[in-house]
Amino acid sequence: MTTITDPPKESFRLSQLIYDTRYRSLTFQAIAALVLALSIWYLGNNLIQNLRAAGLNISFDFLGDTANYDISQRLIEYDSQSSHARAAIVGVLNTLLVAVLACITATIFGVIAGVLRLSNNWLVRKLMAVYVEIFRNIPVLIWIIIIFTIMTAVLPGPRAFRGDDATSSMVLGSFAFTNRGIYIPAPIWGPGSMVVVATFIASIVGVFAYRRYTTNLLYATGRLLPVLWPSIAMLLLPTLLVFVILGKPIGLDFPELKGFNFQGGIKIGGPLIALWFALSIYTGAFIAENVRAGIQAVSKGQTEAASALGLRPGRVMNLVILPQALRVIIPPLISQYLNITKNSSLAIAVGYADITATLGGITLNQTGRAIECVLLLMLFYLTISLLISAFMNVYNSSIKLKER
Amino acid sequence: MKKSVFFGALTVAGLAAGAAAAGTLDDVKARGKLNCGVTTGLVGFAAPDANGKWEGFDVGVCRAVAAAVLGDATAVEFVPTTGKTRFTALASGEIDMLARNTTWTFSRDVDLKFTFVGVNYYDGQGFMVPKELGVSSAKELDGATVCIQTGTTTELNLADFFRANNISYEPVPIETNAEGQQQYLAGACDTYTTDASGLAATRATFENPGDHVLLPEIISKEPLGPLVRHGDNEWGDVVRWTLNALITAEELGVTSTNIAEMSAAPGSNPEINRLLGTEGNLGEMLGLSADWAKNAIMAGGNYGELFEQNIGESTSIGLARGLNAQWTEGGLIYSPPFR
Repeated sequence: MTTITDPPKESFRLSQLIYDTRYRSLTFQAIAALVLALSIWYLGNNLIQNLRAAGLNISFDFLGDTANYDISQRLIEYDSQSSHARAAIVGVLNTLLVAVLACITATIFGVIAGVLRLSNNWLVRKLMAVYVEIFRNIPVLIWIIIIFTIMTAVLPGPRAFRGDDATSSMVLGSFAFTNRGIYIPAPIWGPGSMVVVATFIASIVGVFAYRRYTTNLLYATGRLLPVLWPSIAMLLLPTLLVFVILGKPIGLDFPELKGFNFQGGIKIGGPLIALWFALSIYTGAFIAENVRAGIQAVSKGQTEAASALGLRPGRVMNLVILPQALRVIIPPLISQYLNITKNSSLAIAVGYADITATLGGITLNQTGRAIECVLLLMLFYLTISLLISAFMNVYNSSIKLKER
Repeated sequence: MKKSVFFGALTVAGLAAGAAAAGTLDDVKARGKLNCGVTTGLVGFAAPDANGKWEGFDVGVCRAVAAAVLGDATAVEFVPTTGKTRFTALASGEIDMLARNTTWTFSRDVDLKFTFVGVNYYDGQGFMVPKELGVSSAKELDGATVCIQTGTTTELNLADFFRANNISYEPVPIETNAEGQQQYLAGACDTYTTDASGLAATRATFENPGDHVLLPEIISKEPLGPLVRHGDNEWGDVVRWTLNALITAEELGVTSTNIAEMSAAPGSNPEINRLLGTEGNLGEMLGLSADWAKNAIMAGGNYGELFEQNIGESTSIGLARGLNAQWTEGGLIYSPPFR
């Protein structure tokens, strides 16, 4: 005889929080969250208590005060009477400048080295392997210092350019390579120069339009027009023509040795070059590996199929391999760009006035506002990194495999 | 809440150590060692010798304080600091005192919450240039590239000087004296500017010191002295009066050679007796032993001896006493009375 009993009534007991698998995970998560909140509260409270004990407070008023120090590398007007906020902006722009320059050159180095690492030529392949292994396995700070030291030690000082028996002379009479930086001619924008610039921009638009036209023509009719030479001609000829017709409105301001330094022209400072070059070759080695991995991820059958269709090796790479490889390359490339931006804070080692050197260095030191400055620095790097990520993610989703 | 996360992270980073700030004297005694912040290396003021033993004028002050408090001049942990890290190191409690050619300024005293206990070297900012440049005055430096230690008062003086004289310059910010020396010798900057004493010390280490000249202009007042954290007055007093003891000892003719004899029994000069603890209870008032000043003076000699041994005219640095002579000899070095 069997009696069917009702299942026991669900009554909640406290012990269920630990012994019942349905609730256990929730219990532990709640405990973990509580512990986390308490420790954060403890640390924050500790900070505030200590600040109060030391008679300090958090205030950002110092940003409006006169900075009183000079910065040699600057993209906007700045002098010692400007505010700390402006000094910080000078630093931000310098950080962005070196980050953008280094991202571009690192990509170029990386793509070249990555493709050449797969070369059929034994020597080229091994040379690239040596480049990658040497550069990515030595800390970037060391590279920055090595390059800067070599620059200051090997290149001549401006004094070597002086006098009749000068030991150094300018390259082509217009470029001066000194241990303080490289001086190059600067353009002088005369009247009518904007017309030349406008023509040049129009030419660029024209080149893109032409390329699109040839692609469409190719797809529609199968007729292939030449692209390279017409593009170059379209890019240069109209601009040159306008330049000559308007009577050469753009002149060049050549650097010249005056007093202690070269004056005139554009100066690319030694610290900027050292930092830019070091970040480029260092990160380039990582990007090379990403590119190699990306290319190798495309099945060999793709190459063979494309070759079987009669495509030349260049076209196989450009039309078949790279578009597929990019899907693999882009995500790690994003993190390399982030690395460059963050590593640019090593500028301090060579006296390049980036945001860490101005706001996080001199301003912090002269005002003693360590917490405020570090908070602003963290906020800046976080914002920039997230922005780079966001942009690159948009690009990534535009090239990723479209599944239909 | 989000704010607290940042604050929390920062707290861990450094400020937690600041909580132990009160009672530095007891901390030092309990530790048996004085943590003293010095430069990363400036010959004559603070630099390790060939055996790694720290030596110099500022080092002498550290050793004197250690001798006064612990009775042992070698019980010092020297913490090398740069122009930028020194104040954080002191504020966070990593070091007990800072003796690092640090200029006594209003904002450091008032805003950064430090207490300067006195002046051990009256200095001023100067310029060093290679002789071959043919420059005879700092006002001829229009357009020059200037190496400057970042995070220092000299950085601000430099900007002021060039602005006041309406001439331009290009700053090359550097972190340490060694880096400045390297950049200057490589010709990456035309002139190197820092405290004149530091320039003399740096020049002394060059291969050919004669090829470089110090320009006559002294563009600022740089009273250099040891400093401690605000708010711990007992500790501040200990450091202040140790420095004063060294100065008074020179004034009264107490030297490392005659101090053993002088402190053996009370002599005829009551101030010397009070200083050396053979009379009165000054040491007890400071919370130290009666022979604290004797120990401090024996550590490296009195102020004048420290000066002569480390940076004086008989050394390679060759600084004259000048402003740093005793007040009785026309200088500014002057200690309040021991009474």
